[in-house]
Amino acid sequence: MMAIELEINGKRYPVNYPADTSLLYVLRDELGLTGSKYGCGEGQCGACTVLIGGAPRRSCQIPLSAAAAKPITTIEGLEKDGRLNPVQQAFLDAGAFQCAYCTSGMIMSSVGLLQTNPNPSQAEIVQFLQGNVCRCGTHPRIIEAVRQAAKMMQEHGR
Amino acid sequence: MSNVEGKLFIEPERYEFSAAPFHQFELARRDFCRILGAGIAVFAIAKDALAAQETAPGPRTFHNEELPKEISAWLHIGEDGSITGFTGKAEIGQNIRTALAQTIADELRVPFESVRMVTADTALTPFDAGTFGSRTTPTITPQLRRVAAAARDLLVGVAAKEWNVAPAGLVAADAKVSDPASGRSLKYAELARDKTLAQNLPAEDPITPAAQWAIAGKPVPKVDGRAFVTGRHQYAPDLRPAGMLYGKVLRPPSFGATLTAYDDGAAKAKPGVFVVRDGDFVGAAAPSADEAQRALDAIHAQWKEVPQISNKEIFSYLKQNAAAKTDDRFRKQKGSVEEGLASAAHRLDATYNVAYIAHAPLEPRAAVAQWADGKLTVWTGTQRPFANRDELADVFHIPESSVRVIVPDTGSAYGGKHTSDAALEAARLARAAGRPVKVVWTREEEFTWAYFRPAGVIEIKSGIASDGALTTWEFHNYHSGTSGVDTPYVVANQRTEYHPVPLILRSGSYRGLAATANHFARETHMDALARAANMDPLDLRMKNLSDPRLRAVLETAAKSFGWPRRKTQEGQGFGVACGCEKGSYVATFAEVAVDKTSGTVRVVRLVEAFECGAIVNPDGLRNQVVGAMIQGLGGALFEAIEFKNGRIKNPHFASYRVPRFRDVPEIEAVLLDRKDIPSAGAGETPIMAVAPAIGNAIFDATGIRLNNLPMVPNGLRSA
Repeated sequence: MMAIELEINGKRYPVNYPADTSLLYVLRDELGLTGSKYGCGEGQCGACTVLIGGAPRRSCQIPLSAAAAKPITTIEGLEKDGRLNPVQQAFLDAGAFQCAYCTSGMIMSSVGLLQTNPNPSQAEIVQFLQGNVCRCGTHPRIIEAVRQAAKMMQEHGR
Repeated sequence: MSNVEGKLFIEPERYEFSAAPFHQFELARRDFCRILGAGIAVFAIAKDALAAQETAPGPRTFHNEELPKEISAWLHIGEDGSITGFTGKAEIGQNIRTALAQTIADELRVPFESVRMVTADTALTPFDAGTFGSRTTPTITPQLRRVAAAARDLLVGVAAKEWNVAPAGLVAADAKVSDPASGRSLKYAELARDKTLAQNLPAEDPITPAAQWAIAGKPVPKVDGRAFVTGRHQYAPDLRPAGMLYGKVLRPPSFGATLTAYDDGAAKAKPGVFVVRDGDFVGAAAPSADEAQRALDAIHAQWKEVPQISNKEIFSYLKQNAAAKTDDRFRKQKGSVEEGLASAAHRLDATYNVAYIAHAPLEPRAAVAQWADGKLTVWTGTQRPFANRDELADVFHIPESSVRVIVPDTGSAYGGKHTSDAALEAARLARAAGRPVKVVWTREEEFTWAYFRPAGVIEIKSGIASDGALTTWEFHNYHSGTSGVDTPYVVANQRTEYHPVPLILRSGSYRGLAATANHFARETHMDALARAANMDPLDLRMKNLSDPRLRAVLETAAKSFGWPRRKTQEGQGFGVACGCEKGSYVATFAEVAVDKTSGTVRVVRLVEAFECGAIVNPDGLRNQVVGAMIQGLGGALFEAIEFKNGRIKNPHFASYRVPRFRDVPEIEAVLLDRKDIPSAGAGETPIMAVAPAIGNAIFDATGIRLNNLPMVPNGLRSA
């Protein structure tokens, strides 16, 4: 067992689980943060993506022992005072989802991308989101949403 | 519970040729006023309801002489002016929650925002056979319009009585009834106040024609979009009722394996763990999924396995094991194919093979089951909540009225979520544990123990005259199915036959069913005929088509694509394919780039024209059409289930390739809005022509004809 504190969405959570427990499990089953989705449990689909220290990571592949040191942001932590993050707003505006099961992961990956590359080209977006699966085939709108989010963030300051 | 094992792996749902299901209906009218408060409700008596809930075209029919007495509410207007629509259909990403709310708002003349839909809840919504066959739009949309029109009439009647005037002069608009003569008006909310009124649906009530729609026909954004971008929406795997345990199921090592030795002593000794063995069903429930899995790992189980064929032998197996004589209903003939062949200037015979593929919905099968006082409630992502309810009632020997199945808006299905597997498993474990249990399938379970789009072999013999007119057409489909089997081309001599083969892998519905396989074969073949006659592939199609709607999508897509195109680069190719199914029409044009050295095939551009009558929501429709094109690209190029001896060899996203961002070409979807034609569904048909259009473009680029789906799982090796 490993007694540690996780910092998630600005809040501190004391947790006590075996060190190899996946972060996704702790988020969903223990803390009730179910916005991060289980899609494959193998790091192949991106539905569980969260930011760890600002970088997008597949939470199903992150053991608890590796999650403790840095602040974690999940989809639940993006909205601030009732205002959506520009990436969330852009997905909403573009209608960039159908069943939307991949949406949390798509948004978290895109937020991560725009933090390191505020003005990505189409090719860079495609490259970055290659590990995120959308089975409904909403890819063109997702790319468009990321472009719009980049635009919004540049126009309104970050 | 001895029949749990039998129910867990029931004969799959293939409604295109399955027998009529047996349904028992509740006799009691449900107490809506208790749930929704006072107000006005519109009920449909059984006959209307059934007409609207008809299943997909095919042999399954309801027994009219045994009409159920069930009365279900379709619409409720609350005292606060809130409007609630009810449908047994499920929201699985196809956006019906939005489109149906638009329909009600439009017909009732209320703001879109005031309407909410209750979907797929067996305790609250009218019976529904299932969300499949592109049936929601053609059946539920007009049904809800009739219901809303009846509600409007009822409200007008209440106002007329209140004012003591004739109803004919009153106007219903903007959520109120007005009397132009006196200038008086009353809001619907006011008219509904302190009343408990119920109206049965009149047989004939005129509904608003599409040309006059005000809210329907518009690109209204997805209802609850904010809940999805914030992660707040709870899918079935996200639910966590108090005291819930996590369930896991011990899977056999291969299909058809039977348990020969079993010892669960060590598993049962673990604290807080419930272990269930029931026939060949073995499962465990525990406070965490990990503990449940460790309990299963501690079970000593031996299985007897049976040798089974592999994907390498599947196509010859299908040919060899087809029934010697087929059912009359699977055979069609007109003219003489022999005479047609004799008069042909060009003859062409070809065989096409189609692999098993998986739906791979991103939300895996999942269910939460809860027992209380002998009654069972299950939350699960399924396309068939009422059939799930019936199966649960059957398996647990309880009345259907003791089972409630609720479908949270689901993380997609594509025809893959007809069965009740996870629901049965969760319910069985919950009954043993005496607490709610959640079962969420792993991705590997999803790829292995769900069901597949069936493999198939298609043989075509054909002939055309020197001017390109078809003289003969003989078409045989082995195993994959009958959807889209009939040619839309005009040909005097034809024979079409479907040859059933006993199941090898568990198979069932998939977006478009066999229409994708049948269109791939037919449209590839038409292209090959055009080449044989040295004709333009589009010209050959137009030469043999009379259906104006199919001609229109071809012409529209050709114009957007810029057909005919001249090749400007090495390895460039262009292709076309078309078809009609389930009342809608599609034409797809593809541009590919083939690197002849590496064999890499890249789809550069797809242009598709689609027509499904009057468009209810162009934004949602565009999402469905583009989505189908991308999903179709996977089955066209690389998706295939590999199997051997009852094991799936590629049950992971790492080994089963689905379309990803890099695979997505430039896409253009042109939607034709025919307000003069009743709306048809759109979830399936847009996928059909993608594979043949791409294959025909590959031929154009390389001269290599690819007759098997997927076409290039490992690149174009012989290029």
